[in-house]
Amino acid sequence: MSSDATEVTAGGPAPVDRMAGVAATPGVAKPDPILKAHGVRRSFGGLTAVDVEHLEVQRGTITALIGPNGAGKSTLFNLLTGFDRVDAGEWSFEGRRLNGLGGHRVARSGMVRTFQLTKALTRLTVLDNMLLAAQGQLGERVWGAFLRSGWRGQERANIERAEQLLERFKLLDKRHEMAGNLSGGQRKLLEMARSLMVDPSMVMLDEPMAGVNPALVQSLLGHITALRDDGMTVLFVEHDMDVIMGISDWIVVLAQGQVIAEGRPEDIRADQRVVDAYLGAQHGEPADAEEGR
Amino acid sequence: MDFLYILATAIETAIGPIAAVYALAAIGLNLHFGYTGLLNFGQVGFMLVGGYGVAVSVSTFGLPLWAGVLASIGCAVLLALLLGIPTLRLRADYLSICTIAVAEVARLVYRAEFARDVTGGVYGLQGFASAFYDANPFPRGDYGIGDISFSARDLWMMIAAWGLVLVASVVMWLLIHSPWGRVIKGIREDEEAVRSLGKNVFAYKMQSLVLGGVFGALAGALIAVNQQTITPDQFMPQVTFYLWAMLLLGGAGRTLGPVLGAVVMWFLLTVFDETLRSLAATGVLPFLQGSDVGALRHAMVGLALLLLIVFRPQGIIGNRKEMLVNVK
Ligand SMILES: Nc1ncnc2c1ncn2[C@@H]1O[C@H](COP(=O)(O)OP(=O)(O)O)[C@@H](O)[C@H]1O
Ligand SMILES: [Mg+2]
Repeated sequence: MSSDATEVTAGGPAPVDRMAGVAATPGVAKPDPILKAHGVRRSFGGLTAVDVEHLEVQRGTITALIGPNGAGKSTLFNLLTGFDRVDAGEWSFEGRRLNGLGGHRVARSGMVRTFQLTKALTRLTVLDNMLLAAQGQLGERVWGAFLRSGWRGQERANIERAEQLLERFKLLDKRHEMAGNLSGGQRKLLEMARSLMVDPSMVMLDEPMAGVNPALVQSLLGHITALRDDGMTVLFVEHDMDVIMGISDWIVVLAQGQVIAEGRPEDIRADQRVVDAYLGAQHGEPADAEEGR
Repeated sequence: MDFLYILATAIETAIGPIAAVYALAAIGLNLHFGYTGLLNFGQVGFMLVGGYGVAVSVSTFGLPLWAGVLASIGCAVLLALLLGIPTLRLRADYLSICTIAVAEVARLVYRAEFARDVTGGVYGLQGFASAFYDANPFPRGDYGIGDISFSARDLWMMIAAWGLVLVASVVMWLLIHSPWGRVIKGIREDEEAVRSLGKNVFAYKMQSLVLGGVFGALAGALIAVNQQTITPDQFMPQVTFYLWAMLLLGGAGRTLGPVLGAVVMWFLLTVFDETLRSLAATGVLPFLQGSDVGALRHAMVGLALLLLIVFRPQGIIGNRKEMLVNVK
């Protein structure tokens, strides 16, 4: 994974084109979907924030979710990951129905999300942030906590894995700092590293590049493609068109809660509806930090 | 004015059984607030059910004292479940409103006429602690150094109470310095982030509420045993606010914060009370009556908290490194 991490900007499709032969139509079926959503709807008062008729995410790809502000991207993330309740619809991950499952159970099933507004655990050290994400810890049970000999070995292994991840994200020398003392961009990196510590099969990143300094964006993109090449599925929300076109295998366009288009980067670039709804208006606008989570 | 006398009295109070009781209840509050971020404004409610757990079991039902202690732990668990199940999934303020209300309602129920057969109503219960004092290994007499002295009875009580404080502190230290404690502190920072990492936040908050409540109940049981009598009006809401003052004074989120806070606070309160009382007695301040001391004491606690927040927001032994983190 180290070699291709540097040639992100060269872009291009994944070595194996998993999307071969998939038509660029909204709601199209994928050959091997890891996530399937059907009829997912959520409204706030009179506003229908999300109304997705059908959406599938192909396993082992980088899928970008784009759309103007307020399109419902973050809300869709919240719904799929159990952080908000749907009004209607059903969805499944790895063939398992997730309806009604709490956020922690969704995460345990292997689908881990990050938040648009970073949620670093500020008064914990960077290392503790990472360790918190490790699964199946004996010492996290209230009685198990007293049996130090029972969890010490596990803790040591987790520290080792956490430090490897921190190294990858250039945060290793900050490991004993309080997470709240990191810069905004470093917090984004920490949140991403932390989500990987869960050892997920799919990560959902809500605007992972927002506020990250441009020098780091390149390496972040490298990490994301490396994850995909390791077999992980990545679904991410982003505004920067160059980034999206550069690394995505597939792009889903959301507008007013609905999937208005999906396809390969070149399909999306050529799609007049997308250009009208989004690209035309969006280009050149600064990335903004609207409310949402 | 006899400064040595005032000092000796203040030290006696600061290391006496009542300070230990408050320290123990504040340890529970520290788990709730200092580590988990739960705003419990009804810790006195746990003390109430704890105290009555012992008193009712022994006086009303004739059970042995140890069974009474188990009953008071059981009552605390029930109260925590009652408070937590409806509120811990909601926003943080729901719990705090419920705790303050439920603690006060519980006091009113325990003192109500219809509860009199069980709780003794406003008159409370007496004579349930003799088993504890019968077990006192110290022969009659006074124990102490210089002006500081305790009776054998007090000494025995102090050993039991501070012993419990020690056990509770060790339990807290072990828990907080474990992966369990890490999750708990994570919840204090941002429970959604913790949930997104696969932790059942509700269950952890519940465990914290129960365990901290049990410490409160044991403190209540100690009050009952220490005084050998219990009435509902010992459990007024201001007890909780004293506990908060002690916790913030000592340093929330530190193992020894609540213990230090209780000791220092009782020391200062006694110095203040005794000084005012002797001033009132000598008539130097003509406007000051002996009966004003109680009211002035509350004012002083308020002032002390104000100064604390301005000059040392992390408390005496609070973690400055944590405090300085810019919490957005
Ligand atoms: N909790 C909420 N209450 C009311 N309206 C909300 C809430 N969350 C999101 N919305 C609204 O739903 C729409 C979609 O928001 P969001 O999913 O944050 O959009 P995006 O992430 O695509 O920018 C917006 O109009 C937003 O104002
Ligand atoms: Mg958003």
